[in-house]
Amino acid sequence: MARAIVRVPATAKRGQIIEIKALVGHIMETGFRRTEIGTLIPRDIIRLFVCTYNGEEILRADFHPAVAANPLIEFTTIATESGKLEFKWTGDNLFSASESAEITVE
Amino acid sequence: MGRDTRAMQDDDATNPATLWVLDGEALWNQKAGAAGKACADCHSSMKGVAARYPALHAGKLLNLDQRINACRVERQKAPALQLESRDLLALSAWVGRQSRGMPIDIEVTEQLKPYLESGRAAFNRREGQLNIACAQCHDERWGARLAGNPIPQAHPTGYPIYRLEWQGVGSLQRRLRNCMIGVRAEPYEYGSPEFVELELYLMWRARGMKLETPAVRP
Amino acid sequence: MTTRRDFLVLACGLAAGTAHATPDSMQEAVGKVTGGRPVTKGKVKLDVAPLIENGNSVVLSVSVDSPMTAAEHVKAIHLFSPANPLPNMVSVYLGPRSGRARFTTRVRVADSQTLLAVAQLSDGSFWSDSVAVVVTLAACTEEVK
Repeated sequence: MARAIVRVPATAKRGQIIEIKALVGHIMETGFRRTEIGTLIPRDIIRLFVCTYNGEEILRADFHPAVAANPLIEFTTIATESGKLEFKWTGDNLFSASESAEITVE
Repeated sequence: MGRDTRAMQDDDATNPATLWVLDGEALWNQKAGAAGKACADCHSSMKGVAARYPALHAGKLLNLDQRINACRVERQKAPALQLESRDLLALSAWVGRQSRGMPIDIEVTEQLKPYLESGRAAFNRREGQLNIACAQCHDERWGARLAGNPIPQAHPTGYPIYRLEWQGVGSLQRRLRNCMIGVRAEPYEYGSPEFVELELYLMWRARGMKLETPAVRP
Repeated sequence: MTTRRDFLVLACGLAAGTAHATPDSMQEAVGKVTGGRPVTKGKVKLDVAPLIENGNSVVLSVSVDSPMTAAEHVKAIHLFSPANPLPNMVSVYLGPRSGRARFTTRVRVADSQTLLAVAQLSDGSFWSDSVAVVVTLAACTEEVK
């Protein structure tokens, strides 16, 4: 099952600010919804998103139930060197998804 | 459809339906059924296919989802996927995506005419406790506002869609069920001939418009 | 048959009878982040459409005017809602490697309200922006299953 999609430019110049997009498939059940007969549907959300660049954290985000289903985050980072960007989402019920992308920096 | 929604739709990296498209691609390449065949084993390009549905297959009018199931049962010797199931929507999203940008092309043959007329009659027929026909909003009052939202012409150019209201992907029939509930009518069952005929009419009505599958809609 | 209001309540994740975020709980949530320090309006730009098509998924961007150097940068941007069931929406932690103090995401907005973005700078100061949004109902929906 496709869990996550990330977009990172394949190449960049050293020092260039690059745009990153990261989308993950998740229902983000708020914990406030009820079924037709009134039973509360338990919370089931992603809590944390971390992005690392060659092992060093470049962005972290705390998600709350207000984050929409199939969360998307777009952010920037400075292209410092060639290597790997890793994306990790963790949350309730031992949820874990990860993706990575390579970048070549000239 | 607002500017933000359109931007969400046009970029595969921000369109949540891309997750379904990727799942569909995986299913397309996966061997299935007693015949042990994947869709990809028989089919090469699916470009243009979604733009021509609903269509007649072995004398029956089928929409794309039903046609996918027909292949599964007849060729792959696999059980049909449940209508509106995640797997079927994923396959339908992937197949539809192959026709993105292509004009909707429903060729009205003699055999197709009665189905088209049936669909047209359904579109123009008052229904539900509110006693409203599709045509009254979508032919006569498009552009006006209902509960703060603009009334669209209701062309199914992007199905299956990621509907923000559903927070997930669904078919045109699911959307039509929402419309029927909206006018307090008893919705047709998924896969019913009434629905497929209405789909046919709607696609014919949208002929020439470019397919946007998978679209994002409020 | 659920009424329109009941349906909106169900769909947007508010259970009938659940406490909404109150002005007090919002103050408390903001206070947890600022430690009681003053928050000045400015430097921050919260970009969100004033008329929202569907409260389930609202595109939102926050940017902060900052050089993003090691000496002077944005450490975190927090988003708050006074009318959702909970006041905290999302918190994003940045740093000098970010290049720009900016992010875009999609949030749920339960009702028409004024959203608040608070940025924490490396010098310990707090800055904010707020935008009033109106949430409309989707026409033609289905029962919640």
